[in-house]
Amino acid sequence: MNIDSIQNGIVLDHIRAGRSMEVYRYLALDKLDCSVAIIKNAKSQKMGKKDIIKIDSPIDLDLDILGYVDPGITVNIIKDGQLQEKQPLELPKKIVNIIRCKNPRCITVAEPQLDSIFLLGRKPSGKRVYRCAYCEAEYHR
Amino acid sequence: MRHLIDITDLSVDEMNELVATAEDIIANPAKYSEVCHGKKLATLFFEPSTRTRLSFEAAMLDLGGRTLGFADASTSSASKGETVSDTIRVVGCYADIIAMRHPKEGAPYAAAQRSAVPIINAGDGGHNHPTQTLTDLLTIHRERGSLENFTIGFCGDLKFGRTVHSLVNALSRYRGIKFVFISPQELKIPDYLKENTLDPDGIPYMETESLDEAMPELDVLYMTRVQKERFFNEADYLRLRDTYILSPEKLVPAKKDMCILHPLPRVNEITVDVDDDPRACYFKQVANGKFVRMALIMKLLEVKA
Repeated sequence: MNIDSIQNGIVLDHIRAGRSMEVYRYLALDKLDCSVAIIKNAKSQKMGKKDIIKIDSPIDLDLDILGYVDPGITVNIIKDGQLQEKQPLELPKKIVNIIRCKNPRCITVAEPQLDSIFLLGRKPSGKRVYRCAYCEAEYHR
Repeated sequence: MRHLIDITDLSVDEMNELVATAEDIIANPAKYSEVCHGKKLATLFFEPSTRTRLSFEAAMLDLGGRTLGFADASTSSASKGETVSDTIRVVGCYADIIAMRHPKEGAPYAAAQRSAVPIINAGDGGHNHPTQTLTDLLTIHRERGSLENFTIGFCGDLKFGRTVHSLVNALSRYRGIKFVFISPQELKIPDYLKENTLDPDGIPYMETESLDEAMPELDVLYMTRVQKERFFNEADYLRLRDTYILSPEKLVPAKKDMCILHPLPRVNEITVDVDDDPRACYFKQVANGKFVRMALIMKLLEVKA
């Protein structure tokens, strides 16, 4: 299957297979006027299968959102048909208004106009976890 | 400007400073009787709590300040749908410092984001109650002369008891503390507290279901209420509730200088004839609550004697 290469824009590569629509929604790519191609289940030596999103315009990306959704994504900036830059991603220390606390006793559930703030923590097992800044409840997808 | 939302907002040095100030207030009350003259404390209690609210109000009055506020959300604008943030911004125009209790977890954190004056968390649901922890620390310090090198047993509902979690958190930062957790299987201390607070620093603790077994080792016994609503089975509740009734007979193997704490209110987990035992410190604990809140109000208002 062939998708035209882009001249100026962004290629999000190494998206975990099946996650591309989630990325599409979080980044609100449906609001863009330019061409956006979603490639699902592309073959990958490293991952077996992966998703790819090609955006045919040099837009500003919220790397915090991308890092939260899938820190393994590679962000390739394309200019004049050439790879200009690869931007690494990492889990952001703080995410605001991306996810909502699910603890029914949390003030942000009773007052949804409050900013939803989550802070990155680490469990003794080494596992990274986001906790609500208000009630400290762990977030589980 | 500082707030007190969680006990971990305070360093060990700051907790020690508050305990020392409270001790000095107890020894020299006249020295502090006018330090907050002209200042106002608002007590905003979105859920009722007679003890904590009166303790805060008495603390401010004894510092020479004045108080205003409400004791029930139904008498505030919250009943008209006003948000916590808006209420706090309004009250901040009238008061110099705010003590608030709210049934929702994290409400004091939300308040602190918008407040122009210091916020003290006087309890947010089952989440935090840092001034109870300061009260417990002051009481232990007054009874033992130190906050280091002792064995403390927590008995009863260790799963849902916020006062237990907060005190474990605070004491785990002092040297030489051993923890004994005495509870039924159904109400054991949560794993996250062991994983996050005790295990990483190798702090010694043991878990048991038997108060009798643990009793001879304890320097401090922190009793809590076994709450009926946590049980699915009435018979289990009655069996477990009765297991942990502290009576003069149960105290026979205890150390002569052990001190017994309880955040109160009690139901039947400490019999009234224990009240006359010199080791019973729970009513002293109530009195200490006022003094440590005086020290805290002074610290957050940055006033000195």
